[in-house]
Amino acid sequence: MPDIKTLAKREEERKRFEGGHALCAGCGIPIVVRTVLNSIEQPVVVANATGCLEVGTTLYPYTSWNVPWIHNAFENAAATISGVEAAYRVLKRKGKIDRDIVFVAFGGDGGTYDIGLQALSGALERGHNFLYVCYDNEAYMNTGIQRSSATPLGAFATTEPPGKRSIGKRRRRKDLTQIIAGHHIPYVAQASISHWYDLSEKVKRAVAKEGPAFINVMSTCFRGWRFDASLTTEIARLAVETGFWPLYEIEDGECRITYVPEERLDIVEWLKPQGRFAHLFKPENRWVIDKIQEEVDREWEELLRRCKIAPITD
Amino acid sequence: MPELKTYKELPLGGVIPATADRPRKKTGDWRDEKPVLYPEKCVNCLLCWVRCPETAILTEDQQMRGFDYDYCKGCGICAQTCPTEAIRMVDDAEEVPPLGRIEGEGRQE
Amino acid sequence: MAVAKPGARKLEVLTGHQAVAEAMRQINPDVVAAYPITPQSEIMHYFASYVADGKVDTELVTVESEHSAMSACVGAAAAGARTMTATASQGLALMIEVVYIAAAMRLPIVMAIANRALSGPINIHCDHSDAMLGRDAGVVQLFAENAQETYDFMLMALRVAEHPDVLLPVWVNLDGFTLTHTADVVELIDDAAVKEFIGEYKPRYPLLDVDHPTTQGPFALPEYYFELKRQQVDAISNVPSVLLQVQEEFAALSGRRYEGFFEPYYLDDADYALVVMGSTAGTAKAAVDELRAQGEKVGLLKLWLFRPFPRREVAEALKGKEAVAVLDRALSLGSYGPLYLEISSALYECEERPRLYNYTYGLGGRDTTAEQLTDVLHQIQGEKLSREMHYIGLRE
Repeated sequence: MPDIKTLAKREEERKRFEGGHALCAGCGIPIVVRTVLNSIEQPVVVANATGCLEVGTTLYPYTSWNVPWIHNAFENAAATISGVEAAYRVLKRKGKIDRDIVFVAFGGDGGTYDIGLQALSGALERGHNFLYVCYDNEAYMNTGIQRSSATPLGAFATTEPPGKRSIGKRRRRKDLTQIIAGHHIPYVAQASISHWYDLSEKVKRAVAKEGPAFINVMSTCFRGWRFDASLTTEIARLAVETGFWPLYEIEDGECRITYVPEERLDIVEWLKPQGRFAHLFKPENRWVIDKIQEEVDREWEELLRRCKIAPITD
Repeated sequence: MPELKTYKELPLGGVIPATADRPRKKTGDWRDEKPVLYPEKCVNCLLCWVRCPETAILTEDQQMRGFDYDYCKGCGICAQTCPTEAIRMVDDAEEVPPLGRIEGEGRQE
Repeated sequence: MAVAKPGARKLEVLTGHQAVAEAMRQINPDVVAAYPITPQSEIMHYFASYVADGKVDTELVTVESEHSAMSACVGAAAAGARTMTATASQGLALMIEVVYIAAAMRLPIVMAIANRALSGPINIHCDHSDAMLGRDAGVVQLFAENAQETYDFMLMALRVAEHPDVLLPVWVNLDGFTLTHTADVVELIDDAAVKEFIGEYKPRYPLLDVDHPTTQGPFALPEYYFELKRQQVDAISNVPSVLLQVQEEFAALSGRRYEGFFEPYYLDDADYALVVMGSTAGTAKAAVDELRAQGEKVGLLKLWLFRPFPRREVAEALKGKEAVAVLDRALSLGSYGPLYLEISSALYECEERPRLYNYTYGLGGRDTTAEQLTDVLHQIQGEKLSREMHYIGLRE
């Protein structure tokens, strides 16, 4: 199981990602990036979709990245890394490179669930050896909190706001992790910024597999979700404790839940602290909360039925 | 802001070589509050370090040393996270020792 | 009957597809990422069979769309690999976002474009509307008249693309179906000689050099975007002199001498001329031959290099003519045809200028005959001819 001091030592020796970027004070995304990059021993090359992370960390002439990094466009992080990985394979075969290099793509939910889904699906099907990490903050945050297919039922979004004739997002979110599982790749997982060791261990397992791996990470956004920045990881923890965001992995088809809450909290505990759900607490909208609870319960039960339990601890 | 270069002086293709001496933006000027550390209360769990979005938590030999105020944006995640209340947020204007380390007994009320 | 040159292989009968595939086989790029589209697909069939039989060492990435093809090419080229692809029409349209990015990132990706009409309506036959998508993108564009030029240009394109003063994607345009699917005689150069000609690719900032990390494709605010774009102007402006150099070397390699940016055909002393790109040049030559046999002073300017547009050289060649008909195989809806616009702009500064006329032809694969072109050469001799757009073979 991961040792935090190992990760700290790695960052002391090789700072792969630095501060000085333009991401919001309290943004969850760098927590994902640092944990991922510090959990990988080998050299890495990163491809990044357009979005908060890309824009915030590479404002010319500044960059937060001390690893080779490429941004191409919004929908093609997976296709771009496919090209990098293909180049690596052939150049290694030709004896022009002998290093072991790990390829990582980062994309937000916008660039992964929506516009980037085709490229991701293609890259997974072709079996490139890379890890795709989605930092899921449940909307197009960089452009102003517009809804994505990752936005939960009932949430406020600037393009689907609550109003006299609207409850906010009127449909539930996609389960991308399950869609990816349907590609039958060696490793798929869900993780959260609240549980660093769970994420770190999953990165390690993903990288150890030959072939494509995908990790979907809950990365809260205090700006878009409307809560105090200091609670960034606390809100993520509530997503896990309520079962809204289960932590699990599927390795070679075997599903394992890696964290079971001692007592699963009511979904209200997760909804209450977030301003984006405030309108759901009006009496006429309570049915939405009930619906969310119902879906979370059903899917959690389903997961318990299908999966083993194999906790990852620190 | 570094001096604006002409088009001939810039590396080709918008490439930014990630050299050690490249210009950096000191985002410390964003904050209203900053964290301070009570080292006696710190158990070196390094949770603050894992969760800092700015790499503004400084460690040495994997021990918590203090804060990099050049980059700390004052988000307060570290203070909220710390399980032993060894980190507290104070007004940015307040004068604090280097690295924000307040040696001595516990914290002032 | 041509005699094979020392070091050259004997003549072969190849389709345009095969000419492209053969050039690709000899180049043996590190990575090819491609997606099928008529009339390009067979290029990839041949190439894929070379991969399957180990005739090349290429990593062939069979992506799930052209957008991903170009994206993977960008990734591979930025990683430090010699990268190629091929496409047409809608595929090119889908790629275009990434093509601009590739040019801005200064990636020397060589692309064969099997020119095909853009939808709508959907049409699989030849015209140059797809090539025109690249006009402003910062890519280099060559147009081939036949399979020989196709093969030759693919090899020269690589040298131009990878030249340190250029570092841009290069498109070799060959007419869909007319060239891709018809067979012609091609004289090939032997593998070893090609290998020597193309040399090793030396990437500038390879991502795979993990000891020297770079950030590529950053976010540029108004303070920097303009300057970074201006660099591309220099890059594409360096192409003409680089191309001349490469042509010189190619002549020594193959015995085939391409000089400059267009082929003048009975142009020097002509009073009336046609300007055309692509396979229709063959038909135009037949028309010129016929009228010359009758004593008429007519000629042809067959343009090879469309981007960057060689305006000084073209103006020099055309300025003394009485009248010129520019044949466009694409519309620039709302204005004159794209080639016409270039020619008229090139002639603007000349003291003496010919009467200039624009003829749109061959859209969606419409065939053009030598008779239609001799008609054009006669029409432009009349001074009262309308300056409005003319359409060859259109049912009006």
